[in-house]
Amino acid sequence: MPLIKNGRVVADRYVHVLDDAPPPDGIPVIIPAARFLADAAEILHHDASVGVAWPNDRRVAELAPYLDRLALVALVFPTFKDGRAYSQARLLRERYGFRGELRATGQILRDQFMFLVRAGFDVLDVAKPGDVDAFPSALKRYTVFYQAAGEGRTSAARLRLARSSVPITRGPEFATSSELGASLAGRVSR
Amino acid sequence: MYIYDEFDRTLVAERVAEFRDQVGRRISGELTEDEFKPLRLMNGVYLQLHAYMLRIAIPYGTLSSRQLRMLAHVGRRYDRNYGHFTTRQNIQFNWIKLEDLPDAMADLASAGLHGMQTSGNCVRNITTDQWSGVAPDEIEDARIWAELLRQHTTLHPEFSFLPRKFKIAVTAAAQDRAAVKVHDIGLRLHRNGAGETGFEVLVGGGLGRTPFIAKSIRPFLPKRDVLSYVEAILRVYNQFARRDNLYKSRIKILVHDLGAEAFAREVEAEWQHIKDGPLALDPAVVAEIAARFRYPEYARLDDDPPELTQLRKADRRFDAWLCNAVTNHKVPGYAIVTLSLKPEGGAPGDATSDQMDAIADLADRYSFGEIRVGHDQNLAFPHVAQRDLPELWRALDAVGVATPNVGLVSDIIACPGLDYCSLANARAIPVAQELTRRFRDLDLARDLGRLHINISGCINACGHHHVGHIGILGVEKNGEEFYQITLAGRADERAELGTLLGPAVPYAKVADVVEEVVAAYVELRERPNETFIETVKRIGVEPFKERVYATH
Amino acid sequence: MTSPLEQKLKVTGPVVITANRLGDGAVVYRTRDGNWSTRLDDAAVVSTAPAARELLAGAVADGLSAVGAYVAPVQIGPDGRPEPGNLRERIRCTGPTVRCGAPAVAPAITIGL
Repeated sequence: MPLIKNGRVVADRYVHVLDDAPPPDGIPVIIPAARFLADAAEILHHDASVGVAWPNDRRVAELAPYLDRLALVALVFPTFKDGRAYSQARLLRERYGFRGELRATGQILRDQFMFLVRAGFDVLDVAKPGDVDAFPSALKRYTVFYQAAGEGRTSAARLRLARSSVPITRGPEFATSSELGASLAGRVSR
Repeated sequence: MYIYDEFDRTLVAERVAEFRDQVGRRISGELTEDEFKPLRLMNGVYLQLHAYMLRIAIPYGTLSSRQLRMLAHVGRRYDRNYGHFTTRQNIQFNWIKLEDLPDAMADLASAGLHGMQTSGNCVRNITTDQWSGVAPDEIEDARIWAELLRQHTTLHPEFSFLPRKFKIAVTAAAQDRAAVKVHDIGLRLHRNGAGETGFEVLVGGGLGRTPFIAKSIRPFLPKRDVLSYVEAILRVYNQFARRDNLYKSRIKILVHDLGAEAFAREVEAEWQHIKDGPLALDPAVVAEIAARFRYPEYARLDDDPPELTQLRKADRRFDAWLCNAVTNHKVPGYAIVTLSLKPEGGAPGDATSDQMDAIADLADRYSFGEIRVGHDQNLAFPHVAQRDLPELWRALDAVGVATPNVGLVSDIIACPGLDYCSLANARAIPVAQELTRRFRDLDLARDLGRLHINISGCINACGHHHVGHIGILGVEKNGEEFYQITLAGRADERAELGTLLGPAVPYAKVADVVEEVVAAYVELRERPNETFIETVKRIGVEPFKERVYATH
Repeated sequence: MTSPLEQKLKVTGPVVITANRLGDGAVVYRTRDGNWSTRLDDAAVVSTAPAARELLAGAVADGLSAVGAYVAPVQIGPDGRPEPGNLRERIRCTGPTVRCGAPAVAPAITIGL
């Protein structure tokens, strides 16, 4: 399935290492959670990037001690209706400060793109190739966000306060949506 | 009224555009039904027995006359000239076409109305006391908190794909009119010993297949912490509730399985991480929201003006309506007026487009253009000058919404049942209609006092039968409609689940059985003002059971 | 969710395939020539599990015309025409058993006091 990163399709550098196989030298690998935890010290000695595929029914706190040495965490949406990995993503980003690649895998559809990006995912393993082209428009679909999440968009509540302390010279509707649009465009092309 | 600003308007308009795109992709075949269903549900669109149904949120039950006219318009233009007010401050249209839905939603959006999160496994419309802002027994206006929570939970990036639906209710009054104890989260604003106001937090209430009364997990939560605390509850729920079984995925099951104390510990642990983060409420944010709830410029008036007292003496019918449908207001000289959507032979909660338009006009004339929607499926005018009551009464009566049966036996709460709903096992509306005919005598109804009948057409309990004083649940037995009767449930601050009377009875016997139960109450009550639930509480269901099953 | 095709089919009498039309949700029945009709009279009636399964497979494959296809029981009336086999199907076929909308305005204050 195509991987979208920063709005573009990218090649997957990683190989998935199944439970018992040794990690191939010099190639970035994604290791299943159980094996990684059983043998973390050894695996982290791998001579290329290491990622972990983390199931959605296991607390991400278990990964916390290793996050600064992990290049990638892949979270899974077995169906798009199962939203556990949104919580895991926010915890990894906002609580444990994970800065590596946070990859959404499973049934990843365009109608979830905005939620996924806002929860902190930066790479989406898209289920339908046809959804790839929809990425930019899906991210521009909304310009108003009622709540803050860790990904940096400003909540409507904050913008309201800012507005009331700074007089707005342009028409209020255009002012807010274009300002928001600009900050959003900045994020998309980041 | 909460006044939308450009942020609210932009978001709702963007939602309509998104839904239009999704409907287009469904019709073109780009989206399968499995993919489309959760998306349409999150916009309040169900596929029912005969047609699509659109559920529109009426946040905290507050409508402007303009919004009510828009609902009338949607009924007329896209549906069959009527709508159905539900038990959760929503309205449903039963005959809408998928092809028309984007246009209907665009029309609604122009009046600040939408169907966002009125269904699906997300945080649903946040409900509260329909008398918020005007009830004499409230400590503050609960709608401000409902609105803060509404905004916080709308299109939430983490909680839009929860294990199951999630319902939050807020009350700030001594008498709980929002049924907070049968919600996933109930928030009760109250004053602590030090005189500060804050929330008691209740979780895990709910009806349906496995009914529970909510458990209190925090007696007092400072107001600044309400968003972070709700976030912590939702995060624990999202991660740890069951997802393998639809019937076990509500938070009530998680709270029950873990135990309320263990659940509370999980929440507290999560909350410690986030309580002082960005979700801690800035008083300026609260003030900004509060400032957008506008209150009318009330005139300085006295209570009980002479025109009122005169007509009460002159016309017993007016007096009866006044005693029944008119309630005290915070402000002297004003009153809260309930509009009964329970006429004899009517479908509970239904209003025609013509009625909605007429009510909107009357609201402009007599209630500062504001209408409220309660969980009892009635409407209310929150700001009526008492001196206007005689005129208003005549006008409401001409519209058919002045039946003086509010809170009485014929003020029945009922879901749409098998006449409309694809989940139902049995009909609810004709049972309600028959009961309103049996109890048409308002002298008898008044003598019976407060008596709430609640009817659900299936175990999902949209008619809240578990908490009806008399609860009626439709079930299917060998292809026939049967009904289980429960007694002495209640949804208020002393919420309790009803007790099963005995074996289910067939459709043709339900009204007889209910009449029998009521007749037994009249005989068994200790004094004329012992209410139905007090009598059942005192003597149990046995005497009722003996009487009902001896005769049937 | 289990697809309707994976569910066990028990057919003990005459059945039809029914669904709701995608565009407006109207109740429709699968016809013998592989189309949909809003009239139960036009429905293909079968009475064995394999025949019902075949009819259902065609209906499910046509997910763009109609939604949620399933097997519904019918009875054959004295005139040989299919009639809905249970209350739910009767209501789907002929509409709600109650009048749509609130009743005509019946002023409450006329009720005896």
